[in-house]
Amino acid sequence: MSAPLLEVEGLDVAFAGPRGLVPAVRGVSFTLGREKLGIVGESGSGKSTIGRAVLRLLPETARVSAQILAFEGEDLLALQGRALRRLRGRRITMVMQDPRFSLNPVMPVGEQIAETLRVHRVARGAAVRAKVLEILEAVQIRDPERVYRAYPHELSGGMGQRAMIAMMLIADPALLIADEPTSALDVTVRRQVLAILDDLVSRRGMGLILISHDLNLVASFCDRVLILYAGRVVEEIRARDLQHCRHPYSRGLLASLPRLERPSASLPTLQRDPDWLNGPVYRFGEEVPA
Amino acid sequence: MIAVEELGVRFGQDRDAVQAVEGVSFRVAEGESFGLVGESGCGKSTVLRVLCGLQREWRGRVEIAGAALSRRPPRGFFRGVQMVFQDPYGSLHPRFTVDATLAEPLAIHGLGDRRRRVERVLEAVGLDPAFRYRFPHQLSGGQRQRVAVARALILEPRVLLLDEPTSALDVSVQAEILNLLSTLRSERGLTFLLVSHDLAVVSHLCSRLAVMRAGRLVEQLPVETLRSGAAAEPYSRELIEASRG
Amino acid sequence: MSGVTLPTAGWRAWLLSERPGSALQARLGQGWLAWVAFRRNRLAMLGLGLVLLLLLVAALAPWISPYDPNLQNLRLRLQPPGADHWLGTDELGRDILSRILHGARITLYIVTLVVVIAAPVGLLVGTLAGYFGGWVDATLMRLTDIFLAFPRLILALAFVAALGPGIDNAVIAIAITAWPAYARVARAETLTLRGADFIAAVRIQGAGPLRIVGRHIMPLCLPSVIVRITLDMAGIILTAAGLGFLGLGAQPPAPEWGAMISTGRAYLLDQWWVATIPGIAICLVSLGFNLLGDGLRDLLDPKRRGG
Repeated sequence: MSAPLLEVEGLDVAFAGPRGLVPAVRGVSFTLGREKLGIVGESGSGKSTIGRAVLRLLPETARVSAQILAFEGEDLLALQGRALRRLRGRRITMVMQDPRFSLNPVMPVGEQIAETLRVHRVARGAAVRAKVLEILEAVQIRDPERVYRAYPHELSGGMGQRAMIAMMLIADPALLIADEPTSALDVTVRRQVLAILDDLVSRRGMGLILISHDLNLVASFCDRVLILYAGRVVEEIRARDLQHCRHPYSRGLLASLPRLERPSASLPTLQRDPDWLNGPVYRFGEEVPA
Repeated sequence: MIAVEELGVRFGQDRDAVQAVEGVSFRVAEGESFGLVGESGCGKSTVLRVLCGLQREWRGRVEIAGAALSRRPPRGFFRGVQMVFQDPYGSLHPRFTVDATLAEPLAIHGLGDRRRRVERVLEAVGLDPAFRYRFPHQLSGGQRQRVAVARALILEPRVLLLDEPTSALDVSVQAEILNLLSTLRSERGLTFLLVSHDLAVVSHLCSRLAVMRAGRLVEQLPVETLRSGAAAEPYSRELIEASRG
Repeated sequence: MSGVTLPTAGWRAWLLSERPGSALQARLGQGWLAWVAFRRNRLAMLGLGLVLLLLLVAALAPWISPYDPNLQNLRLRLQPPGADHWLGTDELGRDILSRILHGARITLYIVTLVVVIAAPVGLLVGTLAGYFGGWVDATLMRLTDIFLAFPRLILALAFVAALGPGIDNAVIAIAITAWPAYARVARAETLTLRGADFIAAVRIQGAGPLRIVGRHIMPLCLPSVIVRITLDMAGIILTAAGLGFLGLGAQPPAPEWGAMISTGRAYLLDQWWVATIPGIAICLVSLGFNLLGDGLRDLLDPKRRGG
């Protein structure tokens, strides 16, 4: 068991709104080593907020506090200015949902990827272009020269997302946060992109946090899964044990998914229990009181 | 109920022209629920837009409820065919209350008894009548989609076209909306034409489906074949495989 | 999931209720929330204050003016600001304060008429052009371009040459050059809205194009046009003042601020107040409208993006 890459304990995030402070993340704790962790939740569960809190990408209206929020032993909340920028894009990076919106539409893709190298002074001059082409090949883009010169709107969804992954991995980070990386992609392309991600992450010994609303996708891809409800982790479980999850919300979520193989006249719907907001949670099958 | 023959839709002109739909033919019986699946850009949404009268330029023959569809359908046509859109937020006018949104089709067709009709349709979709004067931004995704379904039903159509009705919704809400649609179909004897990229949703709601790719209809199959994965065409099998767990 | 508390009693509770009982209650509630958000912007409130001041002064001018604005007193001409005449007197001995207060009426008259004429025309042309596209769009936009090409002052001169000087002709001249900008704003909004799902939804309900434009699209274009108008207001006031300055607007002895500056010019060095004070009045009113317009835009933009 290697030393944890990311250590989170008691993370709280609240947003200041016109009617007061609205909590988005409540007391979330987890550690991440060189493994793949999935964070699953519906809209409003706080899953994206966690990813952004780690990278300190939240807006000014956000109030972030934690007992521990440390990356490779360094306190993330204490970092400012240059130290923070050295971390972002270099040691920790993030892949977002839709490449149409996360890539700069007026810059060729190759230039954007190269920018990472230049900003973090990983390479200079001619070596930059060579490295970009190399990483484009690593994400299985067959014609890296063409894609280097292309603009984001000229690429298909799958290719754009692979370019995004290339951009985020080129500086060789230790941790990659992927926020719904395949939600905007077609079904047949999803597997391909995830496979590439899987391959690269394993080979480089990186840590990966995969944030998604798709429970099955996360379970088939990650080692461990955190299920979020209303800003809290209600269940933490090994991916292969997902079928044996215990929290009523997790079970309800699993049950309400329409299944290809299993016909049903009526899908069981989730009955939200107010108890879930503050009640007991489950860690690896064991109940943990609130 | 619906008969489509050699439907073709072309966008743009000359060299920039894109053949979005080509030679698509299928039939849907009355009371049947038919699915149209495929990846983005395959033309399935375009087929829906032709059927509801939004897409006015097309080739081929389309018949709905025995009457041929014309390029400029008369107002009465819209009472028979309605559509539920994908994005529950974008499909409701941001400045109209739920009541105004539901009353609009009634006003367009000169139907009276507005209060009772609105109340009845709200009840049918399981919406609390207290939400009647809310604006879309005050409703959750699931609630908005219920309003969209209510709006589609208030004119009492025979055919309901559904364009990815649950793909923008949370998983837990999706189940509710799917159940609602199922119930409404059996209660009212509606004919459904459902477009989705999610095969699981299609397998839940439809009895037959067609697979589309690059504007063409690849294969038509019953839902049992979908479940067993024993489709005839390799592309269909590929799609089914990719959708499994 | 909310850590939010709502008031439970009183009219605030009624406005913020999550279960409005009527369309009116719902709209008033939204209006109240908008007002609360607007209130937070101090500069915008200042702008609103200045505009309200203009309205108040214009309404009450005859009752709050210490003197008759046209009353001449040649023995007291060009008096500096003092106890009897707070803002001094002009070259004919008329009280400047009273003239300023009455001049507010004229300014308001001009501004209101211009908006009443130009805004509906601009809105109509813009939304029709944007929605129908094709040759309708091309024709209407070329028409718009023609009117946009005229500099306001030059067109006003042309009008005056044709119809004679006077405040009404000045208003028409300004309105004619103002509407194209609103048409463009409305058209831009319409082009974005045209492809929205809720417009498609109302089309498949069988609504005709005029109903769609009038009931569904125009209300959504209104906020941008309103913001554009308030930001334009300063320009309108200054143009009117310019026309007055040239003697083409309100005719003497009307206390129009621009005309006052013009006649006061001759005495600028020694009796600065005669020209400067109307100038300050114009400045304040223009500033007020600008700040108000900025505040409205801040209010309407984020709302549009999210809702």
